[in-house]
Amino acid sequence: MSGASISSQGRTATASRLRGWDIAQLILNIATALAMAALMWASLVYAKPAVNLAGNEQLAQRIFYIHMGCNIGAFAAFIVSLIGSITYLVSRNLDWDRVTQASIEVGTIIGLGTIITGSVWSKPTWNTYWTWDPRLTASTITVLIYVAYILFRNGIDNRITKARFGSIYALFAFLSIPLTYYSARWFRSIHPVVFNGENADAQGGFAIGPSMSQTLLIATISFSLLFSALMIARWRQLRLQDRVEELREEVE
Amino acid sequence: MTATSQVKSSRAEVTRSDAGQPEPARLSGVRMRTGGGAGAYLRKVGAIAAKDLRSEWRAKEILGTMAAFSVLAVIIFGLAFDLRVPEADMVVPGVFWVIILFGGVMGLNRSFGAEVDRGSLAALLLAPVDRSAMYFGKILASMIFMLATELLMLPVMLVIFDISLLRPWILAGAFLGTVGYVSVGTLFAALTANTRARETMLPILLLPVMVPIFLAGVALTAAVLDGRTFEDFRHWLGILAAYDLIFLTIAFMVFDLIWEDA
Repeated sequence: MSGASISSQGRTATASRLRGWDIAQLILNIATALAMAALMWASLVYAKPAVNLAGNEQLAQRIFYIHMGCNIGAFAAFIVSLIGSITYLVSRNLDWDRVTQASIEVGTIIGLGTIITGSVWSKPTWNTYWTWDPRLTASTITVLIYVAYILFRNGIDNRITKARFGSIYALFAFLSIPLTYYSARWFRSIHPVVFNGENADAQGGFAIGPSMSQTLLIATISFSLLFSALMIARWRQLRLQDRVEELREEVE
Repeated sequence: MTATSQVKSSRAEVTRSDAGQPEPARLSGVRMRTGGGAGAYLRKVGAIAAKDLRSEWRAKEILGTMAAFSVLAVIIFGLAFDLRVPEADMVVPGVFWVIILFGGVMGLNRSFGAEVDRGSLAALLLAPVDRSAMYFGKILASMIFMLATELLMLPVMLVIFDISLLRPWILAGAFLGTVGYVSVGTLFAALTANTRARETMLPILLLPVMVPIFLAGVALTAAVLDGRTFEDFRHWLGILAAYDLIFLTIAFMVFDLIWEDA
């Protein structure tokens, strides 16, 4: 689909003319920008203040919408990377490897956003930037695993080997996350927690009113859009990069 | 899968063309030894492991390095915690598992790294056995090296920290942890064997994936040292066993893909 547009662009050398995919991407980018602006407004202005909080905690809870959005974006990214890696290993179509690479790169950055916003929130609420809560442990280890993925890819020269090894590692990386989460969850308590049990000792939780849940919905949508826009932009860039590489080899 | 079958068919052709030429009887062609059932498969696994053990017996590069590193690390941790930690059993579980994780990387690096350095990887890949037999053979050899190192660590820990880790459930946990560690580590060692900066890449890839093993191992060791009952720590054995099962299966499934273009 876009391969045709890319190659025809290359032949006619009309870089300034927009093709179907470019227009689609432009629309997606504009929608993302609007959605993010709407999220900023909703989370900072529209969402009503939490009734049970005061002072710094009241101020800090507004980062929750961004935090949750980042979390959803990163989760979507890593699910897409799993799909990309398995599909690549089955189909051997490099486009799927680019899907894995693009979504892992975007997901790592958004995942870092989750950790940083979480730390900013937890300082006024828990009075510490960091604690070995299972969610914190699992999300940090996840980001570290995907940073390792990016480093690992850079260490391989052959394009096909890079795709195959990267996909194998991405598969292992994703599968280890639930195990990390559950072992971290059990690690912090003496007795095993019942699955899906509510944590009675949770610090800084708050019940959600209608304006808050609407803002959360906006956060979910806008961060899904943000992930899609960044992922597709990176995917197309990787495609072009490979194309340039091929052309260079042809010339040499 | 297609690449493997191509290799198989080209080998079959070689066998046929060789048959016509006058050659010594010993070199009358190569056949993939895929038949023979479970017993034959286990013998192949054993042969690969025996090859690694024999080359280790002659070169003495893996076990010696791992043992020296582990002893050194116990002593350094002992020094590091001497001033500020009142009770040694507060840190002993962590120390034990950190050393297993870091020491194991050294052995795993040599698992395929030594083959690449000696130029014997191609010869190993030409062995007429299933790639998975190679994988399990490598696992077996690495496990023997690691378990030997862990056994050596026990008396050193006893001397430095005055705590005996020689308890059945700690040993069971160490065994299960080593199985999971080596099963993922061998696959990753194969992945990194031909990359740039192989020695530094393996720990970066391996350690974050090993967090479940590490957490379960530390918690299990701590629970046993605290004298808890079996019911209090059996879920850690469950996590270790589940990890082993999941990752052994998946590594077994994808190991064929690593050298499909070699």
